[in-house]
Amino acid sequence: MNKELYSPLIFELSQEGRKGFSLPGYTYGETSYSLPAKLRRAEAPSLPEVDEPTVVRHYTNSSGNNFGVDSGFYPLGSCTMKYNPKINEAMVSTAGIAGLHPAQPAQSVQGALCVYRGLEKALCEIGGMAEFTLNPFAGAHGEYTGLMVIRAYHLDRADEARRRVLVPDSAHGTNPASAAMAGFEIVEVKSLPDGTVDVEDLKSKLDGTVAAVMMTNPNTVGMFEKNIPEISAAVHAAGALMYYDGANLNPMLGVARPGDMGFDVMHINLHKTFSTPHGGGGPGAGPVGVRAGLEKYLPSPRVVEASDGTLTVEDGEYAFGRVSAWLGNFSVLVKAWAYILSMGAENLALSGPLATLNANYIMNSLNDLYLQPIPSPCMHEFVFDGLKDKSGGVTTLHVAKALLDYGFHAPTIYFPLLFHESLMIEPTETENRQTLDAFIKVMREIAVDATNNPDKIKNAPYTTPISHPDEDEAALNPILTYRDLVQCQSNTTL
Amino acid sequence: MKIYYLPSHEYIKVDGSVGFIGVSEYAAKQLGAVTYVDMPDEGDDVEAGEEFGAIESRKAASDLYSPVSGEVIGVNEDLADDPKLINNAPLDTWIIKVDISDPSELDSLMDQEAYDKYLATL
Amino acid sequence: MHPYLPHTQADIKAMLERCGVGSLDELYSCVPGELRLGRPYALPAQKSEPELARYFKTDIGDANKEMICFAGAGWYNHYCPAAVASLMSRSEFLTAYTPYQPEISQGTLQYIFEYQSMMCELTGMDVSNASMYDGATATAEAVVMAVNASKKRRRVLVSATLAPAVAQVVATYAAGARIILETIAEDDGVTSRKALEEMICAGDVAAVVVASPNYYGILEDFDGFADLCHEHKALFIINSHATTLSVLRTPGEWGADIACGEAQSLGMPMNYGGPGLGYLCCKRALMRKLPGRIVGATTDAAGRRSFVLTLQAREQHIRRQKATSNICSNQGIMTLHIAIYLSLMGAKGLQRVNRMSADAAHALAGRMTATGKVTMKYPGKHFLNEFAVETVAPLTADDMLGALARNGILGGVKLTENSVLVAATEMCSPEDIDRYISILNSL
Repeated sequence: MNKELYSPLIFELSQEGRKGFSLPGYTYGETSYSLPAKLRRAEAPSLPEVDEPTVVRHYTNSSGNNFGVDSGFYPLGSCTMKYNPKINEAMVSTAGIAGLHPAQPAQSVQGALCVYRGLEKALCEIGGMAEFTLNPFAGAHGEYTGLMVIRAYHLDRADEARRRVLVPDSAHGTNPASAAMAGFEIVEVKSLPDGTVDVEDLKSKLDGTVAAVMMTNPNTVGMFEKNIPEISAAVHAAGALMYYDGANLNPMLGVARPGDMGFDVMHINLHKTFSTPHGGGGPGAGPVGVRAGLEKYLPSPRVVEASDGTLTVEDGEYAFGRVSAWLGNFSVLVKAWAYILSMGAENLALSGPLATLNANYIMNSLNDLYLQPIPSPCMHEFVFDGLKDKSGGVTTLHVAKALLDYGFHAPTIYFPLLFHESLMIEPTETENRQTLDAFIKVMREIAVDATNNPDKIKNAPYTTPISHPDEDEAALNPILTYRDLVQCQSNTTL
Repeated sequence: MKIYYLPSHEYIKVDGSVGFIGVSEYAAKQLGAVTYVDMPDEGDDVEAGEEFGAIESRKAASDLYSPVSGEVIGVNEDLADDPKLINNAPLDTWIIKVDISDPSELDSLMDQEAYDKYLATL
Repeated sequence: MHPYLPHTQADIKAMLERCGVGSLDELYSCVPGELRLGRPYALPAQKSEPELARYFKTDIGDANKEMICFAGAGWYNHYCPAAVASLMSRSEFLTAYTPYQPEISQGTLQYIFEYQSMMCELTGMDVSNASMYDGATATAEAVVMAVNASKKRRRVLVSATLAPAVAQVVATYAAGARIILETIAEDDGVTSRKALEEMICAGDVAAVVVASPNYYGILEDFDGFADLCHEHKALFIINSHATTLSVLRTPGEWGADIACGEAQSLGMPMNYGGPGLGYLCCKRALMRKLPGRIVGATTDAAGRRSFVLTLQAREQHIRRQKATSNICSNQGIMTLHIAIYLSLMGAKGLQRVNRMSADAAHALAGRMTATGKVTMKYPGKHFLNEFAVETVAPLTADDMLGALARNGILGGVKLTENSVLVAATEMCSPEDIDRYISILNSL
């Protein structure tokens, strides 16, 4: 690729007088509206002036500097980077939702509401819950929504002392952050050496001030919390509720349901378990399910079935509030529904065990060279505490960067915080054995090089569009816009 | 100037009724290259044991706790341009200067010897 | 097996052997028997691709009815160049994760940097994050951010002219964060300056939130608001829908500290309400209080310009419960939509969109009132592409919207029993307006 011609920012390709749009020449009458000067901006915004082919080449070439699931294997722990089926994308246009305004009368959007209702019911079956809201926009947003349901439940019972939420020290960072946003104090629960929650420590922290316990199961080290029935019983006996972080739901498909484990509230990441694309960060969807008795607290708006079977959109009388203007990231819901239907009951139920098989296969093929701190078997993901032989000074970060040269995305690194050199691998069920074998081979080569030729690994990657960006400098002197960049360049030339 | 420490690794050097508050060498080393220091404004009140700001490196952030109560009578403006001063010479780089309102609060802090012993336990 | 599940029985057998177990079930020996599902899911059976397409066409698509859209209320039907959807569907962008590995994510990081730059140009602010979920959550996060920045102040004043759905999301977030929200009364469709002055003088105000265009489409005059806020050490927050920023006096020019709102109007398909995108921009002094992802420029070891996620010490994966927010994503591919859309449209395209929308709305408003069936709810107020009308008795809002709907026209959004919010965009043809008027005339 010609980097000089195609790598600039779109602003740097701007030439005065060019345009990339085509609008009709309507006139709506003889006089046109003019804005008083006081309400007008002084100058037009400095946006690029570019023709359409330039824009298309710019973004097409820039996409070549990116790596997606369609480019290669993405063993990113806790992110469930499974294949994103193409039919899902196609069904968004077939469903005819692109031109639907969210304020349209219910009778004109029965198809859309039917998707919402169908997906909601399917998630209830998979989660073992009584009802779902599909409005939350992402996993973290779902956590927040679920905690607000819990808050509303306790307040409704006038149990105002419940201001604390227990969170295991292995939890995703969003758990404590979401609980804090929902107004709770966070109390950390310790983990045992095998990565599961220390039940005694948890029980010692349960009292009348605890609103909920947030758990991920399997947890972030890929272990099933086998004491979950005991934990649920103790938490419920103390009057608190159980929250299920659905980030790791994938291995439970076909095996067990959060509702049956005693969880009262849960969220599901549709962009993980239900195959909708991550889009480089979004849009996702984080539906929230609740057990019977908590439905009324779910946020507005709700999709409700009328007595004649038609669907309507209403605000809930006891809803804790609202987390979205409309019914969530709707096109993402369509994709997840298309996925569930194209998998069907039987294949969905196979996904969990096959994801777990892939993870165990990799773990068992590498644990002679990488340090496995947690006993086998794992669920859908596992953690290595870095290389077994650390004598060459090769860290988890180095291993992660070295993988990039071989056409693999890096695993999740330095999370969970339980181990110093965490390297967390989640293959998902959509990877075939040849891909897994190729990954294993490369991981083994890296481990051998780490001992024999550590500098080779430490200086990687070599083949990526950039290598070793100076992140300290980025944080020290933030350049966050093209304007900042121009300013900075003019300073340096002076 | 006598120096005292909190278990969260802030120090206060005391000169009469004025205290100079910063972070210990141990803390500076743990953080790595400091990229930003969030400081209060002059005239703000700080309270013993309460947060008064935060210190950030690229991959870590810690809140700063005040060893004493009092009014902020100075903030170290040099840190806005060059936060790495904290890494270079933490004990010479105070973050805020406080007019100590209750000198008896100093009694509950660790002196150098106690802090050294405390570090040995970490 | 299934197109997405590649293993053959032979693969499974060999892999189980490597793991030292005899069956898939054995991998789950840690899951107590009483927790096992032990039955098939009660879900539909697998649909083949043709069956799926037929279902989505007949059961879903045919049960949806696209209408000629004169509704807004924060969600608008604007034109989008065909190149946007084509480029957005590139799977190198679409199937990527959050750009944690900058070496293989320069595509994503670069378009977010371009997005941030463009949003700062539109809002007149210094800094933008990589986007929030929607305009409502962006506004709620702006409020939380302002309260955090103010340290101990808890009161936030929100104009009654903010869209109700946005106000409700703000109220929800405020309840969690123990923020005291108070509504600034409206006076003839705009924020009451007198009410604001009285409320802010009572002290302890962390922020003031206003909107322009406001819920009724009215362009508010915020002259003096910023000074009033700053005299009382409160932050000034302006919510706008993004398309209008290209022609209206910017939040930066009004002296705002934070600008936020919905960016769906920048050519995103309506998609029955989502995804859109919430933008959140601020003055440089507040940069480290911003929630969400931020991309910055730096250089790599070979001196090449590089983009990275930066200022991460604000975020949940480092600060956990002390983070500026729990958000750990952004609207991802929708920021790419905006970067491409704004590149193609440029300032001139946006001006044309606003001009056409405003012309259509003013023509429609004039012709609607000329029918004698409705009057302007806020006569004399400036508006761009959206306005409120009152129906003249005995005509009600339901009568009017119902009659239009029977003719395939979404005539607006009901405000009250006898008032309707009407919007127009460049997608409304003069013939569409003729039809609207002829139906109204027939009532």
